[in-house]
Amino acid sequence: MDLKVDGLSHWYDDLEVLRDINLTIPQGEIVCVIGPSGCGKSTLLRLLGGLEVPSKGQVLQVGAPPPDSLNPLTYVFQDFALLPWRSVESNVSLVLERHDLSKEQVEARIADVLNRTRLTDFCKAVPKQLSGGMKQRVAIARALSVNPAVLLMDEPLSALDSQTRELLMGDLIDLWTREQFTSCYITHNLAEAVRLGHKVVVLSRRPGVIREVVEIDAPLVERRVSDSRISSIQQGLWEMMREEAQSADLELARG
Amino acid sequence: MTEKSTRPPGPLSDATDVERPVSFRGGGFVVQPRRLVGPVVFIVLIALWELGSRSGLISALVLPAPTEAFSAFMDLVESGNLQKHLGASLQRLVIGFSAGTVLGLIVGTAIGLSNYARAGVAPLVAAIFPIPKIALLPLFIIWFGIGEESKVATILFGCFFPTVIATYGGIDNVDRTLIRMGQSFGLSHWNIIRKIVLPAALPAILSGMRISAAIAIILLVAAEMIGAEFGIGAYVLLAGNLMSTDQLIAGVTVLSIMGLTVNWLITKAEKTFLSWRN
Repeated sequence: MDLKVDGLSHWYDDLEVLRDINLTIPQGEIVCVIGPSGCGKSTLLRLLGGLEVPSKGQVLQVGAPPPDSLNPLTYVFQDFALLPWRSVESNVSLVLERHDLSKEQVEARIADVLNRTRLTDFCKAVPKQLSGGMKQRVAIARALSVNPAVLLMDEPLSALDSQTRELLMGDLIDLWTREQFTSCYITHNLAEAVRLGHKVVVLSRRPGVIREVVEIDAPLVERRVSDSRISSIQQGLWEMMREEAQSADLELARG
Repeated sequence: MTEKSTRPPGPLSDATDVERPVSFRGGGFVVQPRRLVGPVVFIVLIALWELGSRSGLISALVLPAPTEAFSAFMDLVESGNLQKHLGASLQRLVIGFSAGTVLGLIVGTAIGLSNYARAGVAPLVAAIFPIPKIALLPLFIIWFGIGEESKVATILFGCFFPTVIATYGGIDNVDRTLIRMGQSFGLSHWNIIRKIVLPAALPAILSGMRISAAIAIILLVAAEMIGAEFGIGAYVLLAGNLMSTDQLIAGVTVLSIMGLTVNWLITKAEKTFLSWRN
């Protein structure tokens, strides 16, 4: 299933946040969206998954989601959004409980996703006992448990320290190499974008318009920080964003 | 060199090679348990009181000695009246408190979740909450009669309002990202309320219960002072009318112990249900 954004614009009262966005997220690809802070990246993601209604234009699902997908459009949040009173496995089971699954099916799904995110040993722990990286792995496990057609990730690594971020990025690359998930990945971190994105969409500052779409055809597993092609792309993206970021920084916060 | 080191430590430029430890200045302001202090203060106060009474410094009419109050309490126990008084009081307390809390939870949740309930009911709650429920007791007696109903109604009303306010305050403070997460996974409204909103509001609800339990005990005594045959409040009132201050102190102590017990129960509930916080 692809996700298609068609002529989308969005306002909050009289504040224009996004202007005429056209974008396709093709199946099996990770599309990274970067832009200066306050450019409407997170708003775009909320619109993609139906958590907000666009003021103009629409978001379209192209093709049917896989039949075993319980929640085709699934989010991974920046601040993890784990329930602090539930254990790791219980946080995952929360999103399975409403579906018509037998107890065995639920248990099997939980065991499977915890295994895929290497969390099996921590299934009884509560979020407070976990490090930031582990919390985000729980959130990713929870997202995977419903077999999403598209993973909508809102700066999933931004709340983590840089070593953890590097490790988790490796995990995501491994995961994609195994199962080619589809994803829209919002970030303000250029290094993440060039490591994870098949396509990098650069948004301008508010009102967010698409400035450029950069395709990166190097396979994810072969991308290295030291790779000159990757670093020159990153440099190019930075030059594009620099001016935007500078003027966005000088704007007074509104609302 | 020796001349330098015997000089008192002054500015760096004067004594660059004098070594001395950095003095500690980070003490204080740390809450630490001091288990014995509470009981010791308590025992010392009672001992002083007893001494004052025995030496005649405190007249028996003004304040009876602790031992006299204790023997009044033992009389109460041996006559079998403690059971009657305590039983009647606890029954009123339990019924009034639980009914008030349940209703308060329902109305508070409605205000927390529905814009209409908030616009319509919240101002009403704000208007009625500050009215002392004891002032309404005569009305309750006209409406519900002089029997149990008016007493229970007073306690119920007293517990209802703090619970409503604590509940919707707690719901207002629930992390919105958790609710958005629930919506993004397609959880139903009812499931979001039951599995996300209410557990997240539980700390606020429990601290509201602590307040409403204390209010319940205060109102219990007030209500029992009007037309009750049995009840700790009736016992205290009778003792006061007869000027038997030893019985009065005994009755008041029973009330204090009731309050402590309720407080202990709520602390226990917090430890059980909110263990995820620590």
